Amino acid sequence: MQHLIPEFEQLRKRYPATFASSLLLPCLHRIQEDRGYVADSDIDGLVEYLGVPRIQIEEVLSFYGQLRRKPVGRCHIQACRNLSCSLLGAERIVDHLSRRLGIAPGQTTADGRFTLSTVECLASCGTAPVVMVDGTYHESMTPEKIDALIEARS
Amino acid sequence: MANTKLLMTFPVTASSHMLAAYRARGGYGALEKALREMKPEQVAAEVNASGIQGRGGAAFPMGRKWAVVHPMDGQPHYLCANADEGEPGTFKDRWILEYAPHLLLESMLLAAYALQVRHAFVYIRGEFDQPYRRLAAAVEEAYAAGYFGQRILGSDFACDLVVSRGAGSYVCGEASALLSSIEGKRGYPRNRPPRLTVRGLYQKPTVVNNVETLSNIAWIVANGGAAFSKVGMAKEPGTRLISISGHIERPGVYEIEIGHPFARFIYEDCGGVLGGRALKGVIPGGISTKILTASDIGPLTLDNASLQTAGSSMGSGGMVVIAEGTCMVRLLQVLLRFYHHESCGQCTPCREGMGWLHRIIDRIVAGDGHPEDIERLYQISAWNDGTTICGMGDAAGYATSGILNKFRDEFEYYIEHKRSRCNGTLECPKSS
Repeated sequence: MQHLIPEFEQLRKRYPATFASSLLLPCLHRIQEDRGYVADSDIDGLVEYLGVPRIQIEEVLSFYGQLRRKPVGRCHIQACRNLSCSLLGAERIVDHLSRRLGIAPGQTTADGRFTLSTVECLASCGTAPVVMVDGTYHESMTPEKIDALIEARS
Repeated sequence: MANTKLLMTFPVTASSHMLAAYRARGGYGALEKALREMKPEQVAAEVNASGIQGRGGAAFPMGRKWAVVHPMDGQPHYLCANADEGEPGTFKDRWILEYAPHLLLESMLLAAYALQVRHAFVYIRGEFDQPYRRLAAAVEEAYAAGYFGQRILGSDFACDLVVSRGAGSYVCGEASALLSSIEGKRGYPRNRPPRLTVRGLYQKPTVVNNVETLSNIAWIVANGGAAFSKVGMAKEPGTRLISISGHIERPGVYEIEIGHPFARFIYEDCGGVLGGRALKGVIPGGISTKILTASDIGPLTLDNASLQTAGSSMGSGGMVVIAEGTCMVRLLQVLLRFYHHESCGQCTPCREGMGWLHRIIDRIVAGDGHPEDIERLYQISAWNDGTTICGMGDAAGYATSGILNKFRDEFEYYIEHKRSRCNGTLECPKSS
């Protein structure tokens, strides 16, 4: 994470001077964007850089669903399965994804290409069913669109 | 009713969210007016006179929340826009973030001026991609144009704004949990008192308002609180953004004047139930509000006073339409899985209760339900009501008892016959 410190310093300028602890989540987001997950060495680095207790970082990492301690596949597909998506076929979409990729939700393909997850409401209910692929929303999904999406990334 | 629009007042184009387009519509005019002609307390007085109530779910009057803060008491005050839109079925704040981010920013500047806030925050859910990018770009545009930072528009008013991203937690939409999250901690809700307006972010007075609530301020300052109070209903003035989804022909975000007829909204404005099916139920304001049936909604209007007569509320404006033929047992399973997944684990009744509710509904769906399970679901719901720090436990209970009250016979059938009376279907194909 050391190479990200200049960016963190820019961010710090807009916070009140006493808000170092508030930088924790944005720093973790940025580290995960950079590395794909948060490594032990990142925690060491943040303890030193932010001066927050190690346990606070561990607590945050285990609390928030988006933060990861391990890498995921090169393409991370997260399918919403909350109410509005389910009413328009989310279960069928998840089944189709599972079949196409040969993995259950929560798993990564053997070649490390794809990870499939299910998530709760993404606030995209009007264009259900929705899947998030590497952080980008794909709306009004159909099995055909899933096939195209997987082929484009295989 | 005139169907006045206060927020969705312009055609959405590829550039309508940008600063130039916003200014061409008169944007930042209210801020210029306020900084030139009005004292901070006059801005607060206009907001108070408008009578606007919170649009995030609790409908608390914004003026009363603000009145707790004393802008000149010498300590820092903070302002935070709640953009952690996570109540399932709700996607209306996303409309503002994507299509009118400067409306939120101008309104927040006016709020910051009224409350003498030096540092303001937008807490946006971590999953939002385009809404975050658009908001972040708007913040940079606004800084470059001199709307944030020191000596805003040549006045003595200074304000900085940080967009703070969540990281995947439903409970962080609760205002105190949201502040814990901004502080870089687990998103645990806090006990009240003290209120957040007394001790909020880093123990300083903090106003947390929903994105839509805040976004009305620019209009209120430009046109006056009295003018705002004439829109909608006398006791619930203004408009609401309603996001409608599920089994509906024309899903999306609609701005309605408060008091708009419920049935007209469903059947005319939104084109009726998908595929022309019969209406089985509507969850009016996010899944934590009690479900209504087709016969319930006939006489109702879209305001809290009316929905409360039917035991529900406008909540967060996230409306979910459910067609006849949908299995309500499976539907409740989806909701209880969600609440179980999102319980933060801080309070015993919720931490244990959500898991218990979820296990019972899973057992019923698997065909292993017991006749007494229905009473158990009711009982666990009741045990959560008012016994937890935040409202999530209560909300899960309302959702559960609401569905059981209206569709108890389906649960009895499922338990007795070990299968759904409605083929276990949740999906209503778009093409039917």
